[in-house]
Amino acid sequence: MIGFGLGRFLKKIRPRERGWDDPKIAGRDERIFVENKKSCPVCHKGLEEGELERTLYVCPSCKHHFRITPWERIRFTVDGGVFQEIAAKVESVNPLNFPDYDAKLSETKDKTGMTEAVVAGRCKIENRELVMAVMAFNFMGGSMGSVVGEKVTRAILEGARQELPVVVFATSGGARMQEGIFSLMQMAKTSNALALLEEKGLPFFVVLTDPTYGGVTASFAMLGDVTLAEPEASIGFAGPRVIEGTIRQKLPEGFQRSEFLLQKGFIDAVVERKDLRRTLSFLIETHQPSEGGL
Amino acid sequence: MKNQDVAKKLVELKSLAERDRLDITEDISRLEEKLKTGRLATSTAWKRVELARHPDRPGTLDYIERIFNEFIELHGDRLSADDPAIVGGIALFGSQAVTVIGHQKGRNMKENIRRNYGMAQPEGFRKALRLAKEAEKFKRPVITFIDTQGAFPGISSEERGISEAIARNLKEFSSLKVPIVCFIIGEGWSGGAIGIGIGDEIYMLENACYSVISPEGFASILFRDPSRAKQAAELMKLTAPDLLSFDIVDGIIYEPVGGAHTDPDFTAAKIKLQIADSLSRLCLKSPQMLVRDRSLRLQKIGAFAEPREKRQHFLKRLFGG
Ligand SMILES: [Zn+2]
Repeated sequence: MIGFGLGRFLKKIRPRERGWDDPKIAGRDERIFVENKKSCPVCHKGLEEGELERTLYVCPSCKHHFRITPWERIRFTVDGGVFQEIAAKVESVNPLNFPDYDAKLSETKDKTGMTEAVVAGRCKIENRELVMAVMAFNFMGGSMGSVVGEKVTRAILEGARQELPVVVFATSGGARMQEGIFSLMQMAKTSNALALLEEKGLPFFVVLTDPTYGGVTASFAMLGDVTLAEPEASIGFAGPRVIEGTIRQKLPEGFQRSEFLLQKGFIDAVVERKDLRRTLSFLIETHQPSEGGL
Repeated sequence: MKNQDVAKKLVELKSLAERDRLDITEDISRLEEKLKTGRLATSTAWKRVELARHPDRPGTLDYIERIFNEFIELHGDRLSADDPAIVGGIALFGSQAVTVIGHQKGRNMKENIRRNYGMAQPEGFRKALRLAKEAEKFKRPVITFIDTQGAFPGISSEERGISEAIARNLKEFSSLKVPIVCFIIGEGWSGGAIGIGIGDEIYMLENACYSVISPEGFASILFRDPSRAKQAAELMKLTAPDLLSFDIVDGIIYEPVGGAHTDPDFTAAKIKLQIADSLSRLCLKSPQMLVRDRSLRLQKIGAFAEPREKRQHFLKRLFGG
């Protein structure tokens, strides 16, 4: 037990999220990011126009799970695709005055229609409320800078404040290099937020998606009460090229895939995309704070 | 005055300037260069990186030997192994028992191989956490020394959950109910550094470096060319003055001219003074206050923009009215 007044502390460190955006229905954005839509990159079978939308972006032949944007994910994961975004207006600055970072940011914003590499907000799954953050690999490789750290932190602390479970869909290439030490510190900030959430006895669930690496894996993404992963997602700390460069040998087949992590004991279950909504609903239901206590 | 006396005076002057937050660092470093080379020059980030990696640079065990009265090294993570890349144990600081944890590079090739160049595997981080929790149980402050190229990127490391080990440390150290004082004494790169780098007060040696990744890693990711590390170092804002200006560290421990290795006793004495000062402050705080203030410190870190109305609302909440 931490033992200090957490309610007042939360008020002090983060303002109550007043500016809830109007609930919006996800999935209208045309700029949907699905790699190589015409055929599956794994089994190379051709895909019909619109086929992937119907299969939740999973190859009907080999079950390869395509990478998708947060809004697409939200559309088929939460009730009615209805999502009340928080901290939507938090945007990156250039704390190191790193050359070309500003240009890179505005170019990415234009291209993706997003403001940063994560979307956070409140929603329902099978009529149960939760706070959810969904990361975006199409926004600078899902790299974690100050804004990703801040929005994930606010999602966690909003869960603590509203007494709601928190779910994060993780995907990241690692740290936002251009923000240097500020990027590294987000690992500490988000992990500390989870210590505060734990203090309130509220659950934190993680869904690891392809790919999740670096500072995100080595912080909040590995701190779930229950940690799930989509099939065959690549998940690790160091990237395969870095490891090969260090040890000068080829990596074994299936290394750093979801099934590898399951075998090594670092995730709870590999769950197909079509079953995630039901699984999360079950987890939320079974993690309700008990009324009378045991 | 002999050159050596000039050098020592210069260090005193720097400490004074640091204490009073006088910005004369530029003048001082120019003076130093003059002292060293007889001509004026400007120091670069890369020079500090080189000093931070100097083969003779004192490491954790060198400082432990000089700062503490007695020390017993404790081994093992109680799960699978003992990682020699991180050392730890219980020491007497004056008459006060403390737990000390730090990365340890080798002092020669043979030792470097045994210690994996100070690049810890999961066992190292888990040992660190075990020792920190033991310190918490017996209400002992924790002192950490950070000096690593990063966590070890290898098959074994991934197999045994290096990410999970670092993540758990971040969460647990951030809510540990005893004082933690951290010193970045050499290289402080990546998750490997921050894995034992969360504390109530954090200090950096003058030529230590701290960033999200090594300059080589940075260059290979952003420039796709590790040989551009020198250029990367100049852009990364990884020096002690940079980190102080970002409020990530609380102070700079000045080194003798030429670097910490030119006079390890002197450098150790400076660290010792800082430990005494920090503990005198932190040991007065209740466990609740420690965790609260440490959380506050972490929760404030971040550089981002938000629309004005929200900001004002935020400030109102902080200061009332
Ligand atoms: Zn396929």
